[in-house]
Amino acid sequence: MAFLEVKNLDKSFPIKGGVFQRTVSSVKAVSGVSFSLNKGETLGIVGESGCGKTTLGRTLVRLYEPSAGDIQFDGKDLVKASKSALKEIRKDFQMIFQDPFASLNPRMSVRAIIEEPLKLNKIGDQQERQEKIDKIIKLVGLRPDALNRYPHEFSGGQRQRIGIARSLILNPKLIIADEPVSALDVSIQSQILNLLVELQKKLGLTYIFITHDLAVVKYISDKIAIMYLGKIVEFGSVDDIFNKTKHPYTKALLASILVPDPAKRGHSEALGGDVPSPANPPSGCVFHTRCKFAMEVCKNKIPEMKSVAGSNSHQSACFLND
Amino acid sequence: MRDFNSNQSSGSPLLNVRNVSIAFDTEKGRFNAVDDVSFQVRSGSTHAIVGESGCGKSVTALATMGLLPDLGRVVQGSILFQGKNVLDFTEAELERLRGNDIAMVFQEPMTALNPVYTVGQQISEVFRIHQKLGRKEAKEAAIQMIKKVRIPDPEKRYDEYPFQLSGGMRQRILVAIALSCDPKLLIADEPTTALDVTIQLQILNLMKELQQDMGTAIILITHDLGVVAEMADDVTVMYAGKVIESGSVFDVFQNPTHPYTRGLLNSIPKITDDKGTKLSTIKGLVPSIFNQPKGCRFNNRCDIAIPLCQKAVPELKPISGSHRAACFRMQEGK
Repeated sequence: MAFLEVKNLDKSFPIKGGVFQRTVSSVKAVSGVSFSLNKGETLGIVGESGCGKTTLGRTLVRLYEPSAGDIQFDGKDLVKASKSALKEIRKDFQMIFQDPFASLNPRMSVRAIIEEPLKLNKIGDQQERQEKIDKIIKLVGLRPDALNRYPHEFSGGQRQRIGIARSLILNPKLIIADEPVSALDVSIQSQILNLLVELQKKLGLTYIFITHDLAVVKYISDKIAIMYLGKIVEFGSVDDIFNKTKHPYTKALLASILVPDPAKRGHSEALGGDVPSPANPPSGCVFHTRCKFAMEVCKNKIPEMKSVAGSNSHQSACFLND
Repeated sequence: MRDFNSNQSSGSPLLNVRNVSIAFDTEKGRFNAVDDVSFQVRSGSTHAIVGESGCGKSVTALATMGLLPDLGRVVQGSILFQGKNVLDFTEAELERLRGNDIAMVFQEPMTALNPVYTVGQQISEVFRIHQKLGRKEAKEAAIQMIKKVRIPDPEKRYDEYPFQLSGGMRQRILVAIALSCDPKLLIADEPTTALDVTIQLQILNLMKELQQDMGTAIILITHDLGVVAEMADDVTVMYAGKVIESGSVFDVFQNPTHPYTRGLLNSIPKITDDKGTKLSTIKGLVPSIFNQPKGCRFNNRCDIAIPLCQKAVPELKPISGSHRAACFRMQEGK
């Protein structure tokens, strides 16, 4: 049994309309998502804005109630867990958010921010908490005197370290990091990425890393899921995704990367069109409106995720693979 | 009235920023956001200004159009556009300059467009104000511009509001507004930062095509070195308000000389890197504008700093051709 096993997860949001705000339709933000992840691994979830990657991350920890599907986490059924059971399980997973300016309460000192999860879960006495906090602040590379200061006194990179410290204080097993470096400057990004990798090795953490940046995801992941309009269209190891690419969307994403080398300019290829609205997704394969290989069948039938021949890690949802 | 359309003598740059310093007078005193910055933009070329947040790249561009925020002032230097100093312009002259000769594309297309007017109205406004066209002609011209930025169904799009368009479409509309009066210089401030990767490339390609058609020079302000490598002819790298390296894009990327430029290039994860290889980093933080280090502003983050770096400010010195860098240690081949 894998550490995290997700089967056919759906999450839809109602669209309300009319005078009485009745539900007139729904947006399938996440649809039919399945994957499994082992302990200590990193899953990178990649996709453009609106593809449902953030919703997926939040549904996995039941910050959003799943509409359908099954989540097994460390042998426990997350979807069926009662409120009190969920509170217990939630100690084992934590989130790191994108915007370090919005995710820290400006009126709390850094000490109070990091201590809050301990207080809420009634862990330790004053003395023990103190020790835990002192330890964690050093672990994330901040000086202990930072504890008595307030978020506004720190730069973006340092704030992200505070956010990481808060997420680690309960000794979680799984960390869901939602675009944790995309708001940071380049020279600071690499510091935070190195820290995350180092913490994973030290603490045996499992990561779900949500991002739109393919170079970052390649750097940090073991497995990668490529999402488009609420569905995973390709799943595999880093090698599968980058070197044995199957799905036309993944190929298009890889082709649109701009390499910081002027000798390679003009080699990138733009994908035409826009991401369709998730409230009104195309019929059949959701990607067919932008796919240059689209066939008649793509408009009518939804391709299923199938294992790529000769590989047990690599899956893709495309009729071209048949 | 100045003659904005006089032919410049051949060889002189379209825009010549010379020794410009910009200061902000705040309650806490005066702070230099930009210190002794010089660069030139050649007609029809793309000049990238690269740096991290707070390095002064946007402020420099705003000064070029006389759009500095109230507290900011150019305290030294000159900004010559086609040989005339923009800093001496009256407000009326600046208004003629903006839109006609220099136009701007902003980062966030949702906030740069007015949500209560249709995109068509916002484009035709440019023609009505700057070219004094009538209502009908302005609409015609606006539809032509929408076509030009490759938006399908321009007549229908003319009547749509910004919220009805995707981020990429909105950015195309901003490009259309900026290029309406056929400016000689387009300032694009992080034009693709808010966009998805696949859309980013569409917009960059569009800017490149239009540049070739119309001969517009572009100042591209960005922190994304991939975008710079794809687009720029010349590059100016800024750090904490100073130019620390400049040259052709090939000079700067293939022979980065300043330790900061090298650090930036090394710290981005590359698609060719293997998992887990430790990324090289630049230690420490970008200094706050209120507390710049003495001497070379990079000295407290630099791996090869020597005592001299804390005392004296290194000047930009030529390396080869137009390639220049400001570092005391570059002669040693470090």
